[in-house]
Amino acid sequence: MEAQYIPKEYLAILILLIFGVLFGVVTLYVGRFFRISRPYHEKLIAYESGNEPTEAPRMRFSIKFYLIAILFVIFDVESIYLYPWAITYDHLGFFALVEMFIFIFLLLVGYIYAWKKEVLQWEK
Amino acid sequence: MHVLIILIEILVLFAVIMLHVAYATYFERKIIGHMQVRMGPMRIGWHGLLQPIADGIKSFFKEDIVPEQADVVTFRAAPIICLTAMLTSLAVLPFAKGWVLANINIGLLFLFAMSSLSSYGVILAGWASNSKYTFLGGLRSMAQVISYEVAMGLSLVGVMMLSGTLNLTKIVEVQGGSFGGMYIFPQIIAFFVFFIAMLAETNRVPFDLPEAETELVSGYATEYSGMRYAIFFMAEYIGMMVMASIGTICFLGGWNGPFEVTIFPPFWFVVKVYAFMFVFIWIRATLPRYRYDQLMTIGWKLLIPLALGNIVLTGFIKAFTG
Repeated sequence: MEAQYIPKEYLAILILLIFGVLFGVVTLYVGRFFRISRPYHEKLIAYESGNEPTEAPRMRFSIKFYLIAILFVIFDVESIYLYPWAITYDHLGFFALVEMFIFIFLLLVGYIYAWKKEVLQWEK
Repeated sequence: MHVLIILIEILVLFAVIMLHVAYATYFERKIIGHMQVRMGPMRIGWHGLLQPIADGIKSFFKEDIVPEQADVVTFRAAPIICLTAMLTSLAVLPFAKGWVLANINIGLLFLFAMSSLSSYGVILAGWASNSKYTFLGGLRSMAQVISYEVAMGLSLVGVMMLSGTLNLTKIVEVQGGSFGGMYIFPQIIAFFVFFIAMLAETNRVPFDLPEAETELVSGYATEYSGMRYAIFFMAEYIGMMVMASIGTICFLGGWNGPFEVTIFPPFWFVVKVYAFMFVFIWIRATLPRYRYDQLMTIGWKLLIPLALGNIVLTGFIKAFTG
């Protein structure tokens, strides 16, 4: 039963995925024969308000982005972990509720730590 | 044979969605125009009705510029990643009873996965273009999307607790046809968090920092032109519709309405989605843009605690009222 169920529903998703990629590729490829193409050096340099680009564009960026990404991983895993608990909530009873509060509380400690360390503060 | 039916369904869905995307841009320009006491597009067709089609044809014939410094393969792949991720998320949306391409039982999770995937397109576009504006736009967009993804994911936990399923069709059915059954009432905090996160996820005003035109030209899409730019644009509008659909399904009772429209079952679904779209546009015409640090502060210090509090509150209320 399960083995029959999965391919049937997910087949539509797979086909839509392939369709989406093909739409993008085919539109851009077919367009190649219709659109004008007159490239020259000045047109092809990176846009910088009409000036020559000064330094390398892939510059060093703020460490905050990295910290936000780390925090995202923690909290996203948390929310994914909450999903199965949430959908079976009715069957689990009071014990699971308390357990989950302990789980949320532990994460809250980390959250407060991040707050106090001013990770969430973009400017001081 | 089965594949052929799916293919036809996909083609119809795609055509309908593309038409809606084209006319969503028209409505946006028209509504903002009227809100600012202008007329909006008027030249092509009656009251500019053919404007979106003219725009499509124009961008198709525009020159496609690939910058010299760009990482060509990634540069070309980025818009397609965005569009594909958004298109694929359409598969699980139930537009009416039985009007769904793939009725999978992890629908909501799938939608989150796809909306995260589309942020890859944005960050890759920003990186591959090898320009300062796109690089900063891509970085900002990534940080914004992942921050609000957490808030959005947590806000919908309340809905899952009430409905006990991730299947979008069942979420609608559990809410029932009545006005009071809509989850917006018991989950009003979640709806508030979801709505703000939705604006941020789709890069709409007041959170359109990735493409803040006064500081970053056009953000991650600065180096894109012609059809590639149009594909980014399509992906953005499909994204808006998908987010509006999630809001409709999880909080406003999906396709149920005050009375049944037998000729066209998704009637109320479409009405609710367009109500969301109108509010998006209304907000764009009304509010100024947030600063980046304010944006991150709202996401992490207001929305996430609110969403967590909502989970605890919902848990307690459910535990003690049964």
